[in-house]
Amino acid sequence: MASKSVPQSLVPFADAPINQSLTAADKIDLLRQMVRIRRFEQVSLKHYHLGSIGGFLHLYIGQESVAVGSISLLGENDHIITAYRDHGHALSVGMNMNECMAELFGKATGCSKGKGGSMHYFAPDKNYWGGHGIVAGQTPLGAGLAFAIKYKGLKGCCLCYLGDGAVNQGAFHEALNLASLWSLPVVYIIENNGYSMGTSQARSSAFPKEGLAARAEGYNMDWDVIDGVSLYEIRAGVQKAVERAHEQCRPTLLEIDTYRHKGHSVADANAEKYRTKEEIQEYMNKHDPIEFWKSTLIDEGVLSEDDYKAIHKEAGAEADAAAEFAIKSPFPDESEIFDDVYWEVDNNTEAGRSGRHFFHG
Amino acid sequence: MPREITYREALREGLDEELARDENVVIIGEEVAEYNGAYKVTEGLWKKWGDKRIIDAPISEAGFIGIGIGASMLGVRPVMELMFYSFAYVAFDQMMNNAATCRYMSGGLINVPIVVRGPANGGTNVGATHSHTPENIFANMPGLKVVTPSDAHDAKGLIKSAIRDNDPVYFMESTVLYGLTGSVPSNDELEEGELIVPIGKAKVKREGADLTLIAHGRAVVTCLAAAETLADKHNIHAEVLDLRSIRPLDEEAIMASVRKTHRAICVEENKPFCGVGAQISSMIMEQAFDDLDAPVLRITSADAPAFYSPPIEKLQLPDPDEIVARALTIC
Ligand SMILES: Cc1ncc(C[n+]2csc(CCOP(=O)(O)OP(=O)(O)O)c2C)c(N)n1
Ligand SMILES: [Mg+2]
Repeated sequence: MASKSVPQSLVPFADAPINQSLTAADKIDLLRQMVRIRRFEQVSLKHYHLGSIGGFLHLYIGQESVAVGSISLLGENDHIITAYRDHGHALSVGMNMNECMAELFGKATGCSKGKGGSMHYFAPDKNYWGGHGIVAGQTPLGAGLAFAIKYKGLKGCCLCYLGDGAVNQGAFHEALNLASLWSLPVVYIIENNGYSMGTSQARSSAFPKEGLAARAEGYNMDWDVIDGVSLYEIRAGVQKAVERAHEQCRPTLLEIDTYRHKGHSVADANAEKYRTKEEIQEYMNKHDPIEFWKSTLIDEGVLSEDDYKAIHKEAGAEADAAAEFAIKSPFPDESEIFDDVYWEVDNNTEAGRSGRHFFHG
Repeated sequence: MPREITYREALREGLDEELARDENVVIIGEEVAEYNGAYKVTEGLWKKWGDKRIIDAPISEAGFIGIGIGASMLGVRPVMELMFYSFAYVAFDQMMNNAATCRYMSGGLINVPIVVRGPANGGTNVGATHSHTPENIFANMPGLKVVTPSDAHDAKGLIKSAIRDNDPVYFMESTVLYGLTGSVPSNDELEEGELIVPIGKAKVKREGADLTLIAHGRAVVTCLAAAETLADKHNIHAEVLDLRSIRPLDEEAIMASVRKTHRAICVEENKPFCGVGAQISSMIMEQAFDDLDAPVLRITSADAPAFYSPPIEKLQLPDPDEIVARALTIC
């Protein structure tokens, strides 16, 4: 049962140069980003319960610091790919709430025109390559994006996120070996929330006491374990890996300790059965990245309670407006079923016009 | 003088020309570089193009095909070799989910211009694990293309089209065909300066008025032999239609031929259940029922895993005698 405990050593990483360079406005912006993700998801949860959203809804609540902290370090040649718990990464790369919310509602105005849903957000124009529903299926793709960056001679990297359950998939191990063998600028980030659905880390993984990331040793790859409660620590730790990718074109395996406050998905009826209420409460009290960052900024004199309330309120209003937008948006037209299957067909090229591509009735 | 080269050499020429044309084309696969290719298709390419373009991969089909898919999203044009297409199954998730559905699920924001090529055939006594013919399996998935050249000319022209195509193309060859020669014009004989065969256009390999044999890949060669016997010994003139690609499928060419001959046999080395011929015969029934003078027949591999024992495995695959015998039942 409950097998995850709040990490005790919260070393201050505020002194790292990458954090020293943050202005007060930057710090508040990081807070705002985390709050926007949380408010977005709270509003989406409400509409899920109202029946407006189909399928799965995997909430990121409690993990916001991971996406916000790591993505805040990226530049124009850096790319991102993740699994199905993808709303936080999407908002962090700059996708707007309207397109994200409308996608959940299955509307034509959604980021994937209603074709992907919660698990499959994409924004290539923002270097964001999904949103992938098969556990660990995205991990070779992350190495592939890094391959392309290197092939083109660009100084960049790919951050590829996965869960603590995904580390046991074969595709991930193949990707780790290839990333190291071919020296690809990819940073794998295990968002270790302690559980893969209802299975605790202890029940799913054989790993040394140093943690899951230590598996990198077997692939001759650098690794690190980071406490995800603190944006300072995430930024300092991920920055080292990004630099290694940029400067040495080498991969890294990072494990960021985090926690999801909610169930695996909204449909997870057992969220309080495979872990104790006390454990959940302890994480919410001591390891909530938003609360932690908020008090850090208040201690630094950068933020007041009133400022925080305003940010919270504004993000809530933005999320509500996004839900309004989604509700008012039309569903996709039935005629779109056969769009976006083949590039050549969509673009009406000669190849797209040669032969029969679709075989329904 | 038309030039005769092998299917293998034709493929290599096509690859070489595309490597020269587009600097984003890379070849990735097991033993493709320093070893010169398990079946020598890529022989000499590493020496010519070097480490950046011709990349030896470890035995990690899911890993390197997944990498190719990811790289293609950023504009690299990976051509990945499977030592045998039978090994596609360890990369199935990458090939079926990631390659085929990212475009759709992103609402058209992404495309995956990859080629995965390699031999997909039985008949070489390597047992069931190495003898799969998955063209029907992959053709089942919208978003994918399946191409099956049957001769040297098409091997060259189609591999070039496959590399230029902006969708994922699964290119299925045959170890039995690699050593067969065929006439392939050199570029200076061609008005366009190069040989391109478009994907999605079937080819009538032999004209006939009595019966259409519809086939792809090596089964085309089998059908041509059968057609010869039917003409010589039975005065039956079979038309042989080489599909060249399974998806997209040249439906017009199929129907045109059937409307002319009024009889059809679908011949393939696929297994029968939901095989390519199952799809085609259903289409013929729906669209050309009134033109038919006999039921459409199907000839496939025997419905069992590939038998190792050489004389028995031979019996599992379609052969000319079987085609002739079945043809005589409807002509
Ligand atoms: C290949 C595959 N197997 C199973 C599933 C069903 N599934 C979806 S998420 C999940 C748990 C994954 O846990 P983890 O990797 O820790 O990520 P988290 O949900 O905690 O973010 C499972 C079993 C799936 N989507 N894909
Ligand atoms: Mg987990």
